[in-house]
Amino acid sequence: MTEGAPGSSARDRFALYDLFAAYGALIDAAEFDAWLALFAAACTYHIVPQENYERGLPAGLVYCDGRAVLEDRIRALREANKYNIHTDRHLIGLPRLIGEKGAAKLVEAPFAVYQTDQEGETRLFATGLYRDRIVVEAGGLKFRDKLVVLDTFAVPSLLATPL
Amino acid sequence: MLNAAIWPTLDYSRVPYRLYHDPEAYQREQERIFRGPTWSFLGLEAEVPNPGDFRTTYVGDTPVIVNRDTDGAIHALVNRCAHRGAMVRREMSGNAGEHTCIYHQWCYGLDGKLNSIPFRRGIRGQGGLDPGFDMAAHGLRKLRVASVDGALFGTLVDDVEPLEDYLGAPVLAQLRRLFERPVTILGYNRQRIRANWKLYAENTRDNYHASLLHEFLVTFGLDRSTQVGGVKMDARHRHNITWAEAESDTAELAQEAYGAARVRSNYLSLKEPELVRFRRERADPLNIAITSVFPSAVFVQISNSLAVRQIRPRGVDEVEIFQTMLGYADDPPELTLHRLRQANLVGPAGLVSMEDGEAIEIAHRASKPDRDSTTVIELGGAGVISDRDYRVTDVPLRGFWSYYAELLGIEPAGAVR
Ligand SMILES: [Fe+2]
Repeated sequence: MTEGAPGSSARDRFALYDLFAAYGALIDAAEFDAWLALFAAACTYHIVPQENYERGLPAGLVYCDGRAVLEDRIRALREANKYNIHTDRHLIGLPRLIGEKGAAKLVEAPFAVYQTDQEGETRLFATGLYRDRIVVEAGGLKFRDKLVVLDTFAVPSLLATPL
Repeated sequence: MLNAAIWPTLDYSRVPYRLYHDPEAYQREQERIFRGPTWSFLGLEAEVPNPGDFRTTYVGDTPVIVNRDTDGAIHALVNRCAHRGAMVRREMSGNAGEHTCIYHQWCYGLDGKLNSIPFRRGIRGQGGLDPGFDMAAHGLRKLRVASVDGALFGTLVDDVEPLEDYLGAPVLAQLRRLFERPVTILGYNRQRIRANWKLYAENTRDNYHASLLHEFLVTFGLDRSTQVGGVKMDARHRHNITWAEAESDTAELAQEAYGAARVRSNYLSLKEPELVRFRRERADPLNIAITSVFPSAVFVQISNSLAVRQIRPRGVDEVEIFQTMLGYADDPPELTLHRLRQANLVGPAGLVSMEDGEAIEIAHRASKPDRDSTTVIELGGAGVISDRDYRVTDVPLRGFWSYYAELLGIEPAGAVR
């Protein structure tokens, strides 16, 4: 694998699948340092309600226009924020290669996130679509820009852990 | 039975849990508050800038269409066909010359007038409506609409006091401050909280909780109870302005106060300080201005993030918070970016607001089984309801309940107002 745009050989496909598998598993395990390492050194992360996305409105629920904001949000999650006590389960569909832009591959993947509370009750928390730009950096695939378009934009209760 | 005897005290310092759970109370709220002599926030003129633009919303449980007519006038119409009661306009927003019910295609103008009915004269002289059927009496019901510099309010009661009197001078001044220049919509966010809507209405009036529940505020020095600030209400105490002045305390004072209260205050530095940095935009030094308008609107400035929230009851056990994020039409791009970044602070994923969803859900859940027990509302003292120039207070909650009791017809004799 070379620096720049990821290729589309079978091996590169597996690398892409591994990236998405790790992405969901690391959030569900609350391993946020390892999760942050899946992003490029210069990266963005946005969660945008579908109703804003389709109207071209820029406001997001989570708006990290650089790694600094993303790291601040993770730190706040660990050290300041209080939220419903729960575990997450990400079910991420097969990533779909859409095209290339410069050194990045454009990739989409659908997801569902279920939340389970302390009494063992599970409910569907959200579905949506990842619309990502993925690059090769330091020998591996990284998210350069991750846009989470949220179908479930009437957010149940609150949104604390990343999607 | 819902009556004046439910109140253990005359100053609303005790509120029985039943008021958050009683279906009878919910029905009476819909009838006497939302369909009663109050003004509900509908949306913004900026959302319907052109003739034919419409947007759907709610006044309590009542679905409403807000649209701009060809002559530029704004109308608000009950979104319910006069024929069979079906919702006429199903889309969230759009542009149209008329509103046609899909069920039997009864067609209404932007002013709500019933314009046409298919097969009104029947077919070949058979069927259809009686020739005496009065089209003029079967339009979409119109709300009275009033605007404060582009913030639209509506009411279903014809003889309610004018909006400006209803708001009162301090609240009106806050709205004029927020809408001093034309606004632009940056986006929407919504949250479904499994709690009664009044727990949220109280939450926005509760200054006491802010820096305790929302630890981010104190941890990152954005807003602290040691700042100069307080609460200001209208004469009837139904609305409230929670305000604070930027940089009006010192880190030492805050550390002393929060240290004594055993609240963590380690002043962690952010990697992106812009997330909380307040850029002063006006002559006044306010960096927190949260204006709650009875029954269900909240106008919010937190640092440089600006928003309007609509509290939409969804039955006794659920509420939707519908929030519109704002900027000004003449904001330079870097200020828009600053507001979008600071939108991280508010909404369902807000760094200083996500906790509210959890707090009112646990209050709703645990209060449900014991309807005759009560909350305690005594921060800043019991008794008289009045403005405070300090922040450790929840007096405006008692103002809310006082007007609530009056409208529901359950105000006890001798109660404070
Ligand atoms: Fe709060």
